[in-house]
Amino acid sequence: MRGNAEAHELIAPGSLETVLALLAEAPGEWTPIAGGTELMVAHAAGRLNAAKLVSLWGIPDLRSIEKATEALRIGACVPFCDLRRDETVAADFPLLAEAASWIGAIANQSRATVGGNLVNGSPAADSSPALLVYDAELELISVRGTRVIPYAQFHSGYKKNVLESDELVAAIRLPRRFARHRQYLRKVGTRRAMAIAKVALAGTALLESGVVKEIRLAAASLAPFPTRLPKTEAVLVGEPVTDALIASARETLLAEGQPIDDIRSTASYRKGVGANLLEEFLRCLQREGAEG
Amino acid sequence: MSATWPTIELAVNGETRRVQAAPMKRLLDVLREDLGLTGAKEGCGEGECGSCSVRMNGELVNSCLVPVLQAQGACVETVEGLAQDGELHPLQEAFLHCGGAQCGICTPGMLMAATQLLAQNPHPTIAEVREGLAGNLCRCTGFKRIFDSVLSAATQTTEPAHKAAHAR
Repeated sequence: MRGNAEAHELIAPGSLETVLALLAEAPGEWTPIAGGTELMVAHAAGRLNAAKLVSLWGIPDLRSIEKATEALRIGACVPFCDLRRDETVAADFPLLAEAASWIGAIANQSRATVGGNLVNGSPAADSSPALLVYDAELELISVRGTRVIPYAQFHSGYKKNVLESDELVAAIRLPRRFARHRQYLRKVGTRRAMAIAKVALAGTALLESGVVKEIRLAAASLAPFPTRLPKTEAVLVGEPVTDALIASARETLLAEGQPIDDIRSTASYRKGVGANLLEEFLRCLQREGAEG
Repeated sequence: MSATWPTIELAVNGETRRVQAAPMKRLLDVLREDLGLTGAKEGCGEGECGSCSVRMNGELVNSCLVPVLQAQGACVETVEGLAQDGELHPLQEAFLHCGGAQCGICTPGMLMAATQLLAQNPHPTIAEVREGLAGNLCRCTGFKRIFDSVLSAATQTTEPAHKAAHAR
């Protein structure tokens, strides 16, 4: 433990209204902390750059999963263990349930929150590819009110996002219209447990008479932040899944992906594996098209 | 200085405890330094190794990543609470019997992760045991004897001891 607990202030007002009022009174002064699985690591290492922290843990408004006919609303401070246990998430958004099981191990899943995963903004964030291919929207809240944006527009750079200094992510909204979609998610890391992704790919697609009617693709670690792959998607929409189309989609992904070399992998490995994951998904679609 | 820190009340192994501590002090340090419960260990200090695992409100947590203020009002269970009235917990008996502990550093965390697993899934498969303990690292045993211990404890709750399962 190289950090000094006495050098940081932490308060837990217990209500969303009080937290928002604090953020509005002194923009940029308070750092929200949810389950602490990122910030407490920095704290222990003596590199937590936040003098004043305000706890979001235990605020009931932020830890609920609300189920309407049209959409699921997941509070930003819902921990991944709740997502893994939720029957609606498992039934309607299986990729999200699977991604939740990738977050560290049990003791991390009990504390790491879905909102924290997004705000932290790692390019390798486990929940992001699944949320992107489900067309997730984010509710951003402040004393000024609530605005809703597509999650695909949230990240604006490496570890940067569009949150204003008085705003919090309040919830993630998922439209419940993917039941008929073919869904795909795969993460490649050094080992199965506790490893951060070298690369991950998610996809949702709808076929009609063997032709790609709709397709969404999203990747972790192919860009400075988790992102959809619109150019690769565009190559596929409206086409029957043939060997030639798969080859063309691979080429597009190799050009569209902009990964980096870092301690976990290299840019060329990430691109190559990303293309292989895409091909794995497209081969599933190809077989499905041939069958039906 | 400490007089200015808030009083935080938590139930540890069923007993109400009050500590005055900096709110960002880690639950791990409060357990070890303020409450004298040195079972939970610091290994990595970043949520990777699980040697500080305790249960908080029925969930497994890495106590090195919990600021103590977030444990206000919580029920915390540590390895010290497993044995009751001088009788080892069945998991502790199984670790002893199957050679699940060697140097002992990971053992308190392993026991708490295993307690969590069996509380939610009394008869896990070997794959479920592996997942339940995936966040707990051991440098000595190669894990097989730990998995044997957990399967053995699970088996003994309904089956005779001689049918103790073995990890594959």
